[in-house]
Amino acid sequence: MSMLKVKDLKVNYGGIEALKGISFDVEQGQIVTLIGANGAGKSTTLRAISGLVKTASGAINFMGRDIIPFNAQQVVAEGIAMVPEGRRVFDNLTVLENLKIGAYLRTDREEIEAGIEDIFQRFPRLKEREWQLAGTLSGGEQQMLAVGRAMMARPKLLMMDEPSLGLAPLVVKDIFSIIRDLKSEGITILLIEQNANAALRCADQAYVLETGRITMHGTGAELLADQRVRDAYLGSTAR
Amino acid sequence: MWNTVFPYLLSGISVGGQYALIAIGYTMVYGILRLINFAHGDVFMVAGIVMVYMAASGLPLGICIPLVLVITALIGFVIERVAYKPLRTAPRMSAMISAIGVSYTLQNLVLYITGGLNQIYPTIPWISSSVTIFGATTKMVTLVTPVLTLILVVALVWLINHTKIGMAMRAVSRDFETSQLMGIKINRVISTTFVIGTFLAGVASLLYFTNYTTVIQTSGAMPGLKAFVAAVVGGIGSIPGAVVGAFIIGIAENIIKGLDIILFRLGVIKGPMGLATFSDAFTFALLIIILAVKPTGLFGEKITDKV
Repeated sequence: MSMLKVKDLKVNYGGIEALKGISFDVEQGQIVTLIGANGAGKSTTLRAISGLVKTASGAINFMGRDIIPFNAQQVVAEGIAMVPEGRRVFDNLTVLENLKIGAYLRTDREEIEAGIEDIFQRFPRLKEREWQLAGTLSGGEQQMLAVGRAMMARPKLLMMDEPSLGLAPLVVKDIFSIIRDLKSEGITILLIEQNANAALRCADQAYVLETGRITMHGTGAELLADQRVRDAYLGSTAR
Repeated sequence: MWNTVFPYLLSGISVGGQYALIAIGYTMVYGILRLINFAHGDVFMVAGIVMVYMAASGLPLGICIPLVLVITALIGFVIERVAYKPLRTAPRMSAMISAIGVSYTLQNLVLYITGGLNQIYPTIPWISSSVTIFGATTKMVTLVTPVLTLILVVALVWLINHTKIGMAMRAVSRDFETSQLMGIKINRVISTTFVIGTFLAGVASLLYFTNYTTVIQTSGAMPGLKAFVAAVVGGIGSIPGAVVGAFIIGIAENIIKGLDIILFRLGVIKGPMGLATFSDAFTFALLIIILAVKPTGLFGEKITDKV
């Protein structure tokens, strides 16, 4: 059964139709990616799901519930966490506090402590910097922190907005191996990427978004092999 | 020499404490909403008026005082909900104009109720009594104010740095949207900020009006403005900054009030020169200098908006 079903979703941004009716499904336990150029509506899609922008029409169904009327806080409570574009860690909070704030809605103190230990085992670099302000971390460390913070909400679905943006190639590799690890632990992931090559390689299902419409859909491997996708999104990286 | 300066220093520290309690409200609200809450000084004044009417109604002071603090905090809550929350996504200028509107509304409401007459502030026993310390005679409130201020500031800083709501306040002050993605109800956090700020202004009003004994609809303007300058001098958004700025202004202002006598005793001047007149001017000159030389204030941080 699909965990997340988006149907005919339309979003208007100040008079402009950012999403012109898109539909896609996210199956439990899979990595689903939306790829597309700047301004195609990828971020808008995630923002609509997470309740940050109002939708014009359409349906968003998460685990059998209509989450369109939910605000951002209620969506988190439903079990959808987001790693926002540009990481957006709280630079005035310590690394530890950033993780704690990820668990803001949880009240199970001991489990939260255990969760923090888990994150520190996964990312030992964060453990070393536990008491540092998050603003002092490198870009890659901040991205790890942003992932850790989202994991602290114990999400059923993890949405990631351009996790590789602005990171060094080696670090990008790390990030994608983290994404694969998360999947192997049973976490469902909806991934948005401009780095189409890396995203398609790890995705079970992939959708191509062009100016507010979904123009192609297939498995990651299918789209990776598709000539149109290669020409438009993979460029020299696929050669 | 010491005997001449000490009484001025003492009242300076006391007034500084009162400014500090008001300034915290400005700086906290700015920190979280980037809004200069121009109505804050008037809430402070309204707290004084509420106390006057409450005491006149015959309620014992032991009930009046906590009730005044609760009502003041409630006023802060209502103002935010009515005048600022609907403008959350509007340009910042709109909220600022709304704040000015609230300020005049409160002043005129009080003018209407009191008829524009000075209201005698009730005498709170013990803190109104006189004490003599190191040869200077003053009201107890002068000694109580800095101590109480320090206790409240320490408590507040602890709240902000070591509690869940404090962590949420710091997060919201940096990034509304990401805070929402964490499941933080930002409106609740903003309301809490207003409640804390106006509560402290309520405490300040008890101390201030005990010292000045009368309240009128414009009573909040000057202390409010000076507390605002204190917040800017300290670096708006910073709580320690607001406190330090407030003590600087309170002390400097009172020393200037006594400057004629101090300089005369020192033999620097031969007769009165009316230097006391400049005590208010000093505060605003300081504002101009800080804005020109170090716009981020003493403790303010440079806000770099990453693109």
